[in-house]
Amino acid sequence: MIKLIIILLSAVFINNYVLSRFLGICPFLGVSKKLDSATGMSLAVIFVMLIATAVTWPIQMYLLNPNGLGYLQTIVFILVIAALVQLVEIVLKRYVPSLHKSLGVYLPLITTNCAVLGVTILNIDEGYTFVEAMVNSLGSGLGFFLAMVMFSGVRSTIEGSDIPKSFQGLPITLIAASITSLSFLGFGGVIENLFA
Amino acid sequence: MNVVKNFAKGIIKENPVLVLILGTCPTLATSTSVINALGMGAAATVVLICSNIVISALRKVIPDKVRIPCYIVLIAGFVTAVQMLVKAFAPALDQSLGIYLPLIVVNCIILGRAEMFANKNNVFDSAIDAIGMGIGFTLALFMMATIRETFGNGTFCGMEIPVLKDNKVMILTMAPGGFFVFGLLIAFMNKFAKHKPAKKDFGCEGCPQAESCGKISCDEKVKEAAVND
Repeated sequence: MIKLIIILLSAVFINNYVLSRFLGICPFLGVSKKLDSATGMSLAVIFVMLIATAVTWPIQMYLLNPNGLGYLQTIVFILVIAALVQLVEIVLKRYVPSLHKSLGVYLPLITTNCAVLGVTILNIDEGYTFVEAMVNSLGSGLGFFLAMVMFSGVRSTIEGSDIPKSFQGLPITLIAASITSLSFLGFGGVIENLFA
Repeated sequence: MNVVKNFAKGIIKENPVLVLILGTCPTLATSTSVINALGMGAAATVVLICSNIVISALRKVIPDKVRIPCYIVLIAGFVTAVQMLVKAFAPALDQSLGIYLPLIVVNCIILGRAEMFANKNNVFDSAIDAIGMGIGFTLALFMMATIRETFGNGTFCGMEIPVLKDNKVMILTMAPGGFFVFGLLIAFMNKFAKHKPAKKDFGCEGCPQAESCGKISCDEKVKEAAVND
């Protein structure tokens, strides 16, 4: 149980997908302008990460590995994620229209999101069991959510300030991201020692 | 479109990383050391050249509606091939690039070039475009890695630099330093490059999914004309 908590917390804070692993930077910079779109996007990411892990982990362990097809990982995973996202969108549209209305626009964007593919591959690389893999995905998603929400707050402050011309737009956003990520460095080493 | 112009645009005028702002994830993640950056640049360039050639050759065969999935499968195939080659001939590089090697599949530069260039131009032009873009990507990674490694770690390609070795700015090799150096480089490009600082915000023209993304954050849709001049 403690191991699961450590996995969860370190995925959220220490190995934060956006701020320390640099995965999913595109949505992080692109969709973080407004709080509501940042929330929507990150909820959709959490959702897809969980489903993708639930599907890709068994595929790798019970289908690819026993047949010596481990090298097909990349192709299979990206295909599964792409198909899954489409499927989820169709199912949501048909059965849960209210959820589809709030998450629908973000779903197609997630297909080529490196955070989702990254979490599925990392779960295999780290040798997690199914439960650990699911917890790690949840933690990664929550970490993404945290970074997005925090950063959308930072960005709304930048909007109104006076910025040198060459720094306007993306450069100042990146420098703000740098400072946000600096705050996450402080968590390093905390979680392992929390339960020691 | 002449060959030289086609080739050179990828290096400065439409540099995929610093001007089009594509492929930010690998740029930030693998630029901690020069060797990693060059390895990543080379791997991505090989995939880019192969995918651009094949997609351009198949552009009349692939139905328009399912083109993105087709491209992804093709790209994933090439990435797997490159991944196996790197594992076999440069295991140390495979170790240090780790997860970012398979993630070339979702590198926006490759899908972006397929969508913006290869599916509209012939095989030769696409190959030239891919080589230019690949060099531009590698060059940008190299610049970032040089800054981060020399000042952050006091080394260059593993060789120690006398004075800097004792005055390391460790933070540059860590995550915040990546964002910081990248921001400075783009600001520098905006200031000194001859083109107008077109990029007021995140690069939407290059993103293959700009159309669906446009509903959320981008004001303008994909400007094919601007990209293809």
